[in-house]
Amino acid sequence: MSSTDVTDKKVRYQRVAYYPGCALEGTGHAYNQSTRAVGKALGLKLDEVRDWNCCGAMEVKNIDPKVQTYLSSRVMSIAANEMHAPVVMAPCNGCYHNLKKAEYDLAHDASSREVVDRISAKAGHAPYRAGQLETIHVLDWLKHGVGEDELRRRVSKSLEGLKVANYYGCMYTRPRHIFPEKDQGAGSESTSKPHFMDDLLAAAGAENVEFPLKTACCGGAHTLSDSDISTKLVLNILRAAEAAGAEVIATECPTCHSGLEMHQVRAEKVLGERTKVKILYFTQLLGIALGLSARSVGAHENASDPLELLKKKGLA
Amino acid sequence: MPIHEKSLIRPENIQAHDKLVLDGVDVSGHWSTFIQSRVVSDYNERLQEEIAALPGGEYIHRCWQCGSCTNACTVNAVNPDFNPRFWIYLIRMGMESELMRDKDIIWQCVSCHKCTYACPRDVVPEGVMKATAHWLELKGHTKKSASTLFDEEFSEQVIATGKIEEGRVIRNFFARTGQPLMQDWLVEMAKRIARRLPIKFGIRMGLSALIRPRTRRWSKARDAITSYVAEQEQKQREALGLGDPVPARSEAAATTPNAKGV
Repeated sequence: MSSTDVTDKKVRYQRVAYYPGCALEGTGHAYNQSTRAVGKALGLKLDEVRDWNCCGAMEVKNIDPKVQTYLSSRVMSIAANEMHAPVVMAPCNGCYHNLKKAEYDLAHDASSREVVDRISAKAGHAPYRAGQLETIHVLDWLKHGVGEDELRRRVSKSLEGLKVANYYGCMYTRPRHIFPEKDQGAGSESTSKPHFMDDLLAAAGAENVEFPLKTACCGGAHTLSDSDISTKLVLNILRAAEAAGAEVIATECPTCHSGLEMHQVRAEKVLGERTKVKILYFTQLLGIALGLSARSVGAHENASDPLELLKKKGLA
Repeated sequence: MPIHEKSLIRPENIQAHDKLVLDGVDVSGHWSTFIQSRVVSDYNERLQEEIAALPGGEYIHRCWQCGSCTNACTVNAVNPDFNPRFWIYLIRMGMESELMRDKDIIWQCVSCHKCTYACPRDVVPEGVMKATAHWLELKGHTKKSASTLFDEEFSEQVIATGKIEEGRVIRNFFARTGQPLMQDWLVEMAKRIARRLPIKFGIRMGLSALIRPRTRRWSKARDAITSYVAEQEQKQREALGLGDPVPARSEAAATTPNAKGV
């Protein structure tokens, strides 16, 4: 990555189109709140995509993958053609993944283009064309729009002494081909060993533990339809984090986050397996480090109830 | 990297005799174990073609059986019978009756994409799993899985209003699968969330039950998607040599524009 690219991104990411997605208006409410609060504290601007729709999540593709491509393309079409935004940012891994997947399919697959053109025409809006927009994750936004040096200067309440396992999940890195900007050498994100969240939290003073299950699956697709497998997968992640010495698992996806919370409770209730590790969105941790109150980043909404731990660490 | 072997010898076909004398020679015990032979003769020569006609199955022909998918598989680590490499082998060989032995677990793929990440031939094994689960349901070999019922509930809401409301998806999914909503762990979960925000939580729950979130300027998109989905369903049924669908509850809802919502 050249140095001009880094500077470009710093400028380009100051003001981006924001696609929260359905989960951030429901169970992921605290993620939405903390993402907005962190952006505001760092002087970054978000313009919510007008009249956005669901990206299709994990479910619509199983009914028909091209309907999912259309759903994501409509969001991108509004951001690009109506708001004339160069960049759209999605904090939810599912939304981010689907927008990236649609971008890839529209660039490489003629039949996807044909279906999107056809449905867009009937729906009465311009079709999205590959290349019109850059889709980024909230991690890219903060890593490149602010950076660790700037973040370090802005930290007023260091997370020092807080042991964190960084959990990225599936949709942020897999499959590799839909993320052409990843695995591009120094400075870029890695799909096998992602580190953007580690970098940002380290800059905020946190002590990142060596966590081997960064990109393991929480069974989010079947959280409710195959709960027993999801509970086993989540318990594995929680136990590995505790074994690595973590007090907190930092998350970056509302599906992973609520999956971890739900199955932590379910493992306790159904299997009698109790784990103590707390689950927080990484944006909640960053917000606290920037001097925001635990309540203003929604920490009281978390089912794993991290307030006591935060108080003990002098962070709440 | 180890390739996960799948023994074609079935435990129930292994025969040993505790006491057996043949021609005056005592051959009791495990050393005389033999395997009952079996013959597979009911090949479905169109099996690969049928799976390839469903979304996700398009690239199954590329597989060269390296086993990277099974090696990487999240569900295989929990249940060793979940073996994508083996199922792709059976489908490509047309061994439908062998595939049927695992018909009730194929839907359990969690779409973590580890297989797709690992596959050196771009087979997209995750897609093949979805196509196979879909094929089993279309052919009537299995009932609709809990996962399919969830996907249908979710997709119907998205198509009808442009958005989902999670509480509604969960309530309707539990109703469709006949599960009680008041399960121990769900009640505990709700309690833990409510502990810190009793008033706001109650208000939000109440509001979401009354006011359904919806995307503005959505109705034309809804109609366009609805007719596209119906067209694809018809194509898929034709590819599998099936007649018109029996109008089950969920299918009827999926193909009818549900403007007013549930």
